[in-house]
Amino acid sequence: MRFFLKRTLLLIATLWVAVTLNFLIPRLMPGNPGQAMIAKFTGEGHPLNPAALHSIDIMLGISHASLLTQYWNYLGEVVHLNFGMSFSYFPYTVAQLIERALPWTLGLVGIATIISFALGTALGVIAAWGRNTTTDGLLTTIAAFLNTFPYFWFALVAVYIMGFILHWFPLSGGYTPGATPVFSLGFITDVIRHGVLPALTIVVSSVGGWLIGMRNNMINTLGEDYVLLAQAKGLKSRWIATMYAAHNAILPNITGFGMALGFVVAGSLLTEVVFGYPGMGNLLYNAVINEDYPLMQGIFLVIVTCVVVANFIVDLLYVLIDPRVRYGEERD
Amino acid sequence: MQNLMTEPEGTSEVSDLSKGHSSTWRTYFNILWSNRKSRVGLIVFSTFILISIFGQLIAPYSASNTSFPTMMGPSLQHLLGTTQEGQDVLSQLLVGTGISVITALATGLIATLIAVFIGFLSGYSQGAGDDGLSFLTNVFLVLPALPLLIVLASYAPGRGSTLIIIIVGLTGWPWGARVLRAQVKSLRTRDYVLAAKLAGDSTMRILMREILPNMLSLVMAGFLGASQYGLLTSVGLEFLGLGNPNQASWGTMLYWAQNASALLSGQWAWILAPGLCIALFGMSMVLINFGFDRIANPRLGGAEE
Repeated sequence: MRFFLKRTLLLIATLWVAVTLNFLIPRLMPGNPGQAMIAKFTGEGHPLNPAALHSIDIMLGISHASLLTQYWNYLGEVVHLNFGMSFSYFPYTVAQLIERALPWTLGLVGIATIISFALGTALGVIAAWGRNTTTDGLLTTIAAFLNTFPYFWFALVAVYIMGFILHWFPLSGGYTPGATPVFSLGFITDVIRHGVLPALTIVVSSVGGWLIGMRNNMINTLGEDYVLLAQAKGLKSRWIATMYAAHNAILPNITGFGMALGFVVAGSLLTEVVFGYPGMGNLLYNAVINEDYPLMQGIFLVIVTCVVVANFIVDLLYVLIDPRVRYGEERD
Repeated sequence: MQNLMTEPEGTSEVSDLSKGHSSTWRTYFNILWSNRKSRVGLIVFSTFILISIFGQLIAPYSASNTSFPTMMGPSLQHLLGTTQEGQDVLSQLLVGTGISVITALATGLIATLIAVFIGFLSGYSQGAGDDGLSFLTNVFLVLPALPLLIVLASYAPGRGSTLIIIIVGLTGWPWGARVLRAQVKSLRTRDYVLAAKLAGDSTMRILMREILPNMLSLVMAGFLGASQYGLLTSVGLEFLGLGNPNQASWGTMLYWAQNASALLSGQWAWILAPGLCIALFGMSMVLINFGFDRIANPRLGGAEE
């Protein structure tokens, strides 16, 4: 219970920090982005309507109300998922744009991360079990090397080789332009065909981290007495490796999951940009090049929320795997 | 990235390294040099440092010279081709190495200083102070850094590597702080720390003279890990156009290459070269860290290669 309370508190505090940073950044920076935005629109010949002005006021701050009042109004809008109007996709609100992009990213990054975590953990077990053998050396070296490339660079190379030269997969997009997004076999196959390369990029770029993490944890558990005892009892190696050593080593790797998720999400956002994938990363990129501040900030909040909630869910799974937490012992 | 997933609990200090600072560094160097992986890492790392210093001199042309034919593939005159503005890619690469290496190491330094400060304070204090600081660490550990950095960089007036160094450095500390905190916690109850406390040494002195020397390998490993994080993150920001596009660096080179659709027009070298440099420089730090990991956690090493 204590564990659950602590995790809930962390969830709320992280969200609060993100919202507050989002509120403070535009207001503490020199210059006034809100005023600049209004000037830009008036200059381009379509002055903003009162509703748009109001939304700029709340999101970026142009009013002369006290900072505290502004903050209170801002919190109210955020709680109602009202992130204001987008500047670059004018008639749309930020919430509408995010609603369209979010499922693509959740699907792509979610599936790729689960595959990568499972694969990396399994390979880590193999490397640790044969530690200091050629297999181990090869696996850890390759893993470390893959880990040092930027995701988006892998994406560029993958597009070039498997898309441009070999024509195995489409070069960009989430589905064939002009295809109607309906729930049909044809459309789903099309989406999968477009998703393979981005997913492959994310898996290849992130698998090394899980592998090395699992290997190092598992080598620590392999030195424990209960593993020695299991060996002395004459249990089969495979059984000891999975049920004794790996079962205990996976716990810290799950803690690592939470810490590394932000890194994976960051890499995936850049991967989307390379593939022109219709998800949050690409939307964020367009917001950056068009200086669409409300869109940028809305995306920031939604990404933070997704990552924090994913972490929370993983923490709850941790309770299922580790009985010590259930019985109220501390985990750090 | 592997540092963050290694649990700090299992680490143990190497107490015979605490005799004096200069001999500590010499012992470290000998251990790193005797390990094949970290020796390769040290050599590659030093090579990049040399290129950063002398890049301007060994570059065949000036990096900003735009007088060449544009968008040429690799040739004898231009080993890596030319850009869409007619600059020599190899010269940009050599000159840009300095900016990228400095950005990586400076972000690593800022992140490590914060990590040492928070980790030491949190690990050595008990009760509310420790709870508060480790809670803060956990919050920033979970908060995804890149979207935050994108918002920060977009609002900031002006673009450039100084801005990137500061904001990336400010977000790179939580992993290190977490690892250092755990280690300080395990060291603070050791006999020699207790002895120093009974002798009336101040907390500051105990932290700096008794605890820090026994954690140098962890701090160094944290520094290299944070530098690698800084390298990848700053390159990502530059790739999005949030760096200074007129200053050659590995990230801005990739930004221009992508803008000019370099790959689709057969300019593979323009994309390949900066990516390989990023990976090699990052890899050199990871390799050196294999050595530091073994100093901090002898179990990982087993028989020395």
